[in-house]
Amino acid sequence: MTDFLLELRSEEIPARMQAGARAELEKLFRAQLSAAGLEAGELTIWSTPRRLALIAKGLPEATAAVSEELKGPRSSAPPQALEGFLRKTGLRQDQLEDRDGVYFAVIDKPGRATAEVLAEAIPAIVRAFAWPKSMRWGKESASSESLRWVRPLSGIVAIFGEELVPCEIGGIASGFATRGHRFHCPGEITIGSASDYAEKLRTCHVIVDHEERQAIVRDGAAKAAADAGLTLVEDEGLVIENAGLTEWPVPLLGRFDEAFLEVPPEVIQLTARVNQKYFVVQSSNGKLANGFVCTANIDAKDGGAKIVAGNRKVLAARLSDARFFWEQDQKKTLAQHAEKLANITFHEKLGTVADKVERVAKLAEWLASEGIVPNCDPALARQGGELAKADLVTEMVGEFPELQGLMGGYYARAEGLPDAVADAIRDHYKPVGQGDDVPTAPVTVAVALADKLDTLFEFYAINEKPTGSKDPFALRRAALGVLQILTTNGLRLPLLDPMTVVSRRLVTGNSKQILVFEDGFRTALGDRNTEGFAAYSSLLLQGQGFALLDFFADRLKVQQREAGVRHDLIDAVFALGGEDDLVRLLARVKALQAFMATEDGTNLLAGYKRAANILKQAGEVSGTAAATPPTDADAALLAALDAAEPAASAAVAEERFTDAMAALASLRAPIDAFFDGVMVNDPDEAVRAWRLGLLSRLTGAVHGVADFSKIEG
Amino acid sequence: MADGADKTPLSFQDMILTLHAYWAARGCAILQPYDMRVGAGTFHPSTTLRSLGPEPWNVAYVQPSRRPTDGRYGENPNRLQHYYQYQVIMKPSPADLQEQYLGSLAAIGIDPLLHDIRFVEDDWESPTLGAWGLGWEVWCDGMEVTQFTYFQQMGGFDCKPVAGELTYGLERLAMYIQNVDNVYDLRFSDAVGDVAAVSYGDVFLENEKQFSKWNFEVADTDTLFASFKAAEAECQRAIEANVPLAAYDQAIEASHLFNLLQARGVISVQERANYMARVRDLAKGSCKAWIDSQSERWTAKFPGWTL
Repeated sequence: MTDFLLELRSEEIPARMQAGARAELEKLFRAQLSAAGLEAGELTIWSTPRRLALIAKGLPEATAAVSEELKGPRSSAPPQALEGFLRKTGLRQDQLEDRDGVYFAVIDKPGRATAEVLAEAIPAIVRAFAWPKSMRWGKESASSESLRWVRPLSGIVAIFGEELVPCEIGGIASGFATRGHRFHCPGEITIGSASDYAEKLRTCHVIVDHEERQAIVRDGAAKAAADAGLTLVEDEGLVIENAGLTEWPVPLLGRFDEAFLEVPPEVIQLTARVNQKYFVVQSSNGKLANGFVCTANIDAKDGGAKIVAGNRKVLAARLSDARFFWEQDQKKTLAQHAEKLANITFHEKLGTVADKVERVAKLAEWLASEGIVPNCDPALARQGGELAKADLVTEMVGEFPELQGLMGGYYARAEGLPDAVADAIRDHYKPVGQGDDVPTAPVTVAVALADKLDTLFEFYAINEKPTGSKDPFALRRAALGVLQILTTNGLRLPLLDPMTVVSRRLVTGNSKQILVFEDGFRTALGDRNTEGFAAYSSLLLQGQGFALLDFFADRLKVQQREAGVRHDLIDAVFALGGEDDLVRLLARVKALQAFMATEDGTNLLAGYKRAANILKQAGEVSGTAAATPPTDADAALLAALDAAEPAASAAVAEERFTDAMAALASLRAPIDAFFDGVMVNDPDEAVRAWRLGLLSRLTGAVHGVADFSKIEG
Repeated sequence: MADGADKTPLSFQDMILTLHAYWAARGCAILQPYDMRVGAGTFHPSTTLRSLGPEPWNVAYVQPSRRPTDGRYGENPNRLQHYYQYQVIMKPSPADLQEQYLGSLAAIGIDPLLHDIRFVEDDWESPTLGAWGLGWEVWCDGMEVTQFTYFQQMGGFDCKPVAGELTYGLERLAMYIQNVDNVYDLRFSDAVGDVAAVSYGDVFLENEKQFSKWNFEVADTDTLFASFKAAEAECQRAIEANVPLAAYDQAIEASHLFNLLQARGVISVQERANYMARVRDLAKGSCKAWIDSQSERWTAKFPGWTL
């Protein structure tokens, strides 16, 4: 058993691509070996900005000899078939075996030296390597076929045991020589084997193990801060990035002018992080302090004094820019900034951002005035909506788009707007995903909800829906955001209502049929559990409103899956139709789920399914039903239904879903007794008809609570 | 040298002269700036057009670069509407281009064991030239001092072979080496005898004030729009007349006029993409005409070379 070392050296590999490159190297190496009949076993893969390295432990010296058997034509087959088989196998007829009238070719493949397999595998791996972006370089690039790599490939070390694995790719031949740190140890160094590779590099100021470098950055940055009496603001993304930018990381603490702390801390952190890849630090009171930690790639002769001074100067220039934006932006009010939104296209079919802002403001006001968002001042909701997007045209957000919302909040407070409005502007994009904070302050809730609903309605109105993996307008995130806001705050919002308020186009634009019913739409919705609603809903189903509702249902299933809510139960309630109040829907689903966890629930489901099956098989009922219950068991179930049905529907109407389930539970014993005691398909047609009628009533009563046919199990 | 206590750091002009000597010693022809208003050294036809085709091409030059929207009326210590780029083109890109580049930093006084030099991913793309390449921005103690690019395409055509391009920001480097915080405080030249030293501000402060005002406030937009159209038309005429070098001049002109119109704030977000596409068409058309005019000679000289 022998160890193998491969190092692919190149000019600086982008930090963000290194993790993917390690995975790609492992995948391709295993595939190459496996194709040659070798098991790769334990692999160690490392990366630095200038090299990818792989160590495969304990490879055999050679692949095992294999014997391959190929079945050929029958010996009675026409000669052409035999000739073809001989061509394919490269054998003569006398080398074939005739077994019971069928030719077989037995081909012995001797084992191959592993070194030889590796020598072929390396060029194949390099050529097949998939980088997010790759390039050509040098003299060879005069041809279109020249090798592509992420940056120029500059050297290959390939050692099996202590022997060189000779290979060549794009004019680069493998060897024992690599290079150490670019500045500390610029000459060539010779590697003996996999076992001395990492240590030899270490003596040449290269820590090849990326995890070790990450630990140095992580711990070193924390220590540099602690030594100055400060606390590092942890940032694992920065740890990985800095480890990917260095072969010999040295975290250094620097200070910046305290006067810059008047700029919002998020701005300072973002400037330091995005532009300079620095960590920021806090003082003991948890506030941002005037310090930063940069990660150098050298042990500087002066201990890093000049490096810190240089970095401080760069950061100061960046923070000066940020402070300039901060001051410049405040020379206008948000309302003045918002005027410019009329020049920004939101979407070519949906007008400008100013148009959107107007709709959002109206919708937010409506959500407040209708009491859908309780305890919310409609005027504040409107103002929050009107100013929510104003910061998009500020200098600061132009520079740092990530700060949208946040800066608006700061500017609103600075110009003395009510806190509720400033908070709404700051937080109205929330939640931006599972796990993000969900707004609870009333004005924020109104604006956040209005913004997302408007986006959803408008894009649905122009038929821009997410398909497969494509969701360019992030509608899934918007829908999920709506759900989280509604469920977290227990808001009772019939989703179809605001559509008529915010976007008549949704109703008027898609179908002439729907246009006819537009006036009746709201009336019907106001009374949605009645027949009137059912009549409209079948027509509305063809419109986008219900497509959007289905979209919400799907998002709801995704969102509730993590909370452990069964998707089939959501379907069972949605299948009843006409439900556009997701909080009410969810309450019903949860009561149903609790019920289904009881013995009564599972037995009732079994009874329901049995009844539904019998009804399905019965088809058209012939004969007149008997006038009275044929037996006591029949009578008992009838009596139970007479009691349970109104109790369940009353409970549903009053949204006492647990009581509705209890009403259904009362049916369980009579159903069990019914199926135990009687046969539905009685030879007497009149008895059979009576019982089928009873079962039909039973399933109807159950459907008053949920469509049990959708429930699994 | 910047890091030696006993030596005065190079003046701005000595830094340029040092770079000239350094790259001349590595086989680069030292060219002079192109005599037109451009946004970057890349626009010089010695980069744009000469990076196309199979012929080796090794040049270095300073290019005054104009970025009208970056003007700050001489009030910002770091931002200028006119500054200098030092441009090196080596085609094909030599295997040791990084090492040669680092040698040039040492030559102007940057010790890589005192200063943190880093190659940080930065892919270059010029939408107005239809060009892109992969490379890095080179950081010195966290400051970007050079753009280092392996050209992959120019004017929409593959670079065969690939040229390596180094673009040094001279003012930034000089501020670094001389350790000054304000660009106008740079020593442009040293005192000699009783002739006083000249500062960058002596040379350029008034220019920044006047040109910022002209770029942002004064330039007549009707004239600029008309000139843009004229340059566009003249470029097409020159392409048709098979004088691609002259055509390319008009593409450069149109590009700068577009930048001025941007500074005057008269091009909306929607129009912007449209104008950029028009400039790109001129640049691409000029590159194509250049290739067409040269390809016969190229294939004769480099048998087997194809576009």
